[in-house]
Formats: sequence, C-alpha cells, structure tokens
Amino acid sequence: MTLTQAAPDELEAHFEATLARHERIEPRDWMPEGYRRTLVRQIAQHAHSEIIGMQPEGNWITRAPSLRRKAILLAKVQDEAGHGLYLYSAAETLGVSRLELTELLLAGKQKYSSIFNYPTLSYADVGTIGWLVDGAAICNQVPLCRTSYGPYGRAMIRVCKEESFHQRQGYELLATMMRGTDEQRAMVQESVDRFWWPALMMFGPPDDASPNTAQSMAWGIKRHTNDELRQKFVDMSVPQAEALGVTLPDPALAWNEERGHYDFGQPDWEEFMEGVRGNGPCNAQRMAHRRRAHEDGAWVREAATAYAAQVRDAVS
Amino acid sequence: MTDRTSGRELSAEGGHGAVPLQGVPTGQGVQAPEPEWPLYEVFVRGKRGLNHVHVGSLHAADDRMALLHARDVYTRRNEGVSIWVVRADAITASSPDEKDPMFAPSGDKVYRHPTFYDIPDNVPHM
Repeated sequence: MTLTQAAPDELEAHFEATLARHERIEPRDWMPEGYRRTLVRQIAQHAHSEIIGMQPEGNWITRAPSLRRKAILLAKVQDEAGHGLYLYSAAETLGVSRLELTELLLAGKQKYSSIFNYPTLSYADVGTIGWLVDGAAICNQVPLCRTSYGPYGRAMIRVCKEESFHQRQGYELLATMMRGTDEQRAMVQESVDRFWWPALMMFGPPDDASPNTAQSMAWGIKRHTNDELRQKFVDMSVPQAEALGVTLPDPALAWNEERGHYDFGQPDWEEFMEGVRGNGPCNAQRMAHRRRAHEDGAWVREAATAYAAQVRDAVS
Repeated sequence: MTDRTSGRELSAEGGHGAVPLQGVPTGQGVQAPEPEWPLYEVFVRGKRGLNHVHVGSLHAADDRMALLHARDVYTRRNEGVSIWVVRADAITASSPDEKDPMFAPSGDKVYRHPTFYDIPDNVPHM
C-alpha cells in the first residue's frame, strides 16, 4: 500500500538512515538496485551451495558404518535441503522467482561454493566436513545473523542453530575414529590433509584483492572481511585439532604472541579460481547430478499439479 | 581477488563458502516456462499459549502439500505445535516502514500508554 509518493533522493536518504540506526531493511522497503542485486546474488548462491552441498555427503548415506551414523547423516543432509529452502524463501522476497533461480543454477550462470566440488573419498570425510567445512560456514554465517536485510538474517538464525549440530556430529565422528585403530587414525589425518586448504578457501580471496568489500560492509550485508573471518577460523581450529590429535597440513602454522593470533600459510588461489571457473575435481559431476535429479523429478511435480487441479475442480 | 576471466569478486559471505558477487545474473523477475506452484507463507505456534509467528515461505501445489512441506521444512526440531499456511497472494499488507503515514494515528497518542499517568508512590498494586 503506497500512501505517499516520495522523491528518489528522499527514499535513498531514508534507506541510509535506517541502516545508520542499525535497523533492518524489510522486503517492502525501498532499496537501491545495487543493494537488491547484491543480496540476490549472495542469498541465491548461498541457497545453491546448500542444495549442491547435499551431494558430497549424501554419497555416503547407504554406506554409513552403523544405524546411528546413518540416522545422523540422513538428518544432516535433510537439514542442508532445509537451509537451501530457507534461503530461497529469503531470496524470493527480493522479487525473483524460485524457478528462475533454479534455472540459473542449472544453466551454470549462478554459482555455488567451490568447497562442494571436492570428492568425499572415505567416511572420515563426513566427519571432516562437519568439523572443518561446517565450522568455516559457522564463522561466515554467525555474523550474517545481523545482516541488514531482515529475511536473510532470520534465515541465518535458523541455519546457525542447526549448523552447530552438524559441526559437533562431525567432530564426534572424528574423535571416535581417533580412539580406534591406527588405520582409522590414518584415515582421519588423510581426510584433514585434503580438506584443510579448501576449508580456508571458503572465506574467499584475500582482502587486498576484494575491492568491493567496502560497499557490502557499508550496506551492512557483510560484517567482517574475508581475511578477518579466515583468521577467526584458524584460531578456533588449531586447539580443536590438538584435542583431536591430528596435524593441520601447514608448516607455516604458528602462534604469534605479538598479534595474539596464529600465523598461517595461504591456500593455492589458482586451484580456487579453477574451481570457480568450473574446472574443479567434481564440478561436472555435481552439476550433472543436480540436472538429472531435477529432470527425474519432473513427473512428480506434474502429478502433484494435476492432482491439485483435480481436487480443486471436485470442490468447486 | 578477481577472476581474470570475468572480473568477478568473491565474498566469504556466500555463507557456506565464497561465491562471486559480480558478473552473475540476478533474474528478471519473470515467470519461467514451467508454471510455478503458488507461494505460501508459513506461521508456526511455538508452544501452547503463544501466537503463531511467521517463519518463512514455501511453494506447494495445494494447501495440504503446503502444510506437509511446512512441517518438514520449518519444524524438524519440535519448533511448533501448530502450523498455519496462507497463500501469499491472499495477504494484504501495509508498508513495513514505521514512518509510513499508515501508523501516524498511533504515534501522537501517548495517553494510550500506562506510563502517561502519574500515580503517587504510596499507591500499591498499580
């Protein structure tokens, strides 16, 4: 309901004032087109990441080592689907349709996080993904609970509550294996060796190569820089690795008394960029699987639509 | 760091890992070829004695499917004892802006609040 027609600069000033008061922007508020587009990209691709993110672990559901682990993994993968749906729901409040976002993913025009283009080669990877990959996601997502766009922040609050279960089940899985045989301990170490660097890449390239961070921070969409988040993750992970009894595969990793933080090496950014360009280890496989699942589900969607129409006709 | 092939910048705030925030289409807001199921808004009563609260939305072919999907998406951990689903196109909404003239009539009526009235300190239970 528009009761007044305000001038554009007045709208912009009002938008800025809302941000300055640290209040949330809500769906029917006026917002700059750049703000809206940045949010659509961020939220939609976050949603795609959750949906594609079901694949690496879903791979292991039928081969879980016990009924307990199977129930946990099923619940976790179902949560990832749920996270994707909360996020699509938030993206739709910005005036895009769900189908359109799905098409953009399937066409490869919108991306998802490159972390899901790495293969899961052993069951230990289920634990490592929970501990490191979901741990890194928590570092990114906790500040997003206070992001300036209301529906995004609310979706993140729900996601973060559930993500804590994901990280803990992963860590517990690894801790159980570390109390097992030498072979199991070796599996954990091998898995951590493969996932440590990709987990660091999840925070994106270094700040000096991210010229648009300032705009996103001014809009309250982004709360910390990529490097700040990465440092936080490393500081959190080192004592966790020690308690677990695994070695993080970085010779440069050392406590820096002066900074009060751990120093650490840089991941291979060329490998990261290859993944973004579509040339990571599993990009083609992940996309092919997603397309196939979408096409294979077409008859279910059509049947549900036909049934709904039938019931509606019978009532009227 | 920008991807030299497309000039994209990547932000950690993709949430579950960095995603490019430039050079990515954001959709036209147009309907795709396949007709989309209607959008439903979902409201959940957390426990007895509380109001239903809006939690998000979902798409479903009909009301019953909307209810079942709402259960699966929004109440996987005992978040609710009752769910309402309402077709989004059936909702009439005001602007959320607090400065909207819509809410002006209540802005200047301080006498509607109990704190408007001075009561001597020695009067109990008021």
